[in-house]
Amino acid sequence: MFSFSSEQFRLKVGLAEMLKGGVIMDVTNAEQAKIAEDAGASAVMALERVPSDIRKEGGVARMANIEIMEAIMKTVHIPVMAKARIGHFMEARILEALGVDFIDESEVLTPADEEHHVDKNDFKVPFVCGARNLGEALRRIGEGAAMIRTKGEAGSGNIVEAVRHMRTNIREMKQLTVLGKEELAREAKNLQAPLELVEWVAQHGKLPVPNFSAGGIATPADAALVMQLGAEAVFVGSGIFKSSDPANRANAIVMAAKNYDNPEKLLEASRSLGAAMPGLEISKIPEGELLQTRGW
Amino acid sequence: MKKVGVLSLQGDFAAHGAALERAGAVPVYVRERSQLGEIDGLILPGGESTTMLKLLRYENLFDDLAEFGRRKPVFGTCAGAILMARDVTNPAQESLGLMDIAVERNGYGRQMDSRVVDLDPAEEFEKRTAAGKLEAVFIRAPIIRQTGLGIQVLAEYAGDPVLIEQGAHLVATFHPELTRDARVHRLFLEKL
Repeated sequence: MFSFSSEQFRLKVGLAEMLKGGVIMDVTNAEQAKIAEDAGASAVMALERVPSDIRKEGGVARMANIEIMEAIMKTVHIPVMAKARIGHFMEARILEALGVDFIDESEVLTPADEEHHVDKNDFKVPFVCGARNLGEALRRIGEGAAMIRTKGEAGSGNIVEAVRHMRTNIREMKQLTVLGKEELAREAKNLQAPLELVEWVAQHGKLPVPNFSAGGIATPADAALVMQLGAEAVFVGSGIFKSSDPANRANAIVMAAKNYDNPEKLLEASRSLGAAMPGLEISKIPEGELLQTRGW
Repeated sequence: MKKVGVLSLQGDFAAHGAALERAGAVPVYVRERSQLGEIDGLILPGGESTTMLKLLRYENLFDDLAEFGRRKPVFGTCAGAILMARDVTNPAQESLGLMDIAVERNGYGRQMDSRVVDLDPAEEFEKRTAAGKLEAVFIRAPIIRQTGLGIQVLAEYAGDPVLIEQGAHLVATFHPELTRDARVHRLFLEKL
């Protein structure tokens, strides 16, 4: 069961705390992982295909190839995360046995269960989960997630959905802080979230775990934007290795995450980056191909 | 009142700020070189040491920080301990050389080897703070493999020093900022 004070939960959230202010980068092989580490990534996310390729190629997207993940874990000394399908607790068990540092129960992969997410309290390895709003975030935390990130729209190169999700989450948290105790019970019902967590947020005005942003971040300006809105760190998926100069762009986004409130330094970080990844307009993506609506 | 800086480039600097408040001090979140002139001591937080090194170089803070450490007290936890070491292994990387120690990154292994343990601190530590076990949160922690002359060990875990001081400087390979026990931060405040 979920408990703030348990040793296990503190260790999980502890690692998430260490990643604050940093950039977590998607990589598909050891060479890319090395580029990410050298550019100052605070962690890498190992996966078989970046989201924009998953979107393009279609088919079932699963947990990455074990040998690739092992090669990445051997190559870099920063934390290595890996993705498991929503509800696929056996992929998660295998990733835990492999010894990855964090698991992303991710809508980017094809869901394995349309009704249940993984019972993350039952694992020793920490989990991050995507959320579009506060209710979703608190349901995931209740299940044991040690970090929340916006879902955004992965592989789109379009920041609009991550902005929507971050703003929604922050607004819903602010609203809770002005409610009375009996109103919180009603809100817990509306949010479909555990009352204990709703009360915690009402008291503190923030999530009980680090709150990061992902899904559509392609430029230093994008990273700075979501951090201004309240993200404590960023994930960059296709944005780095689908751009024309990955090492340079990776470096620039690391600088932007630190200097998100300093326009002069952001200007410097935005120079000479070459072409960003190609972007997609969200309204042009057929509804059935949206990734953010996976999970609940 | 003394002002304590927390290097706030990346990592758990906010947790250190909260810990300083619990210990009765006001934190200054140091993000620019110019702020080093305003503080009496500095905390290097946990996080990723390679990310912090990259940002220290980018912000032209590396040499200033080494120089600051020759004049004022510095306290490093985990990644901060790595930055303060004389030598770093697994892999070798540059460091500020403020403490005469050699550290191995990720000495215990990966996150699955992270742990919370209750330490019996050295008498010296209890004498200067208060008696009682010290809860230590190790997260992908480094191990101090060598210590030079003049290093005082304030706590050990499994035979390795995990809380040490040398002159004005203090190093913990664990995260006192992630517990409610403010003794380690209070000890640092007394050095200012």
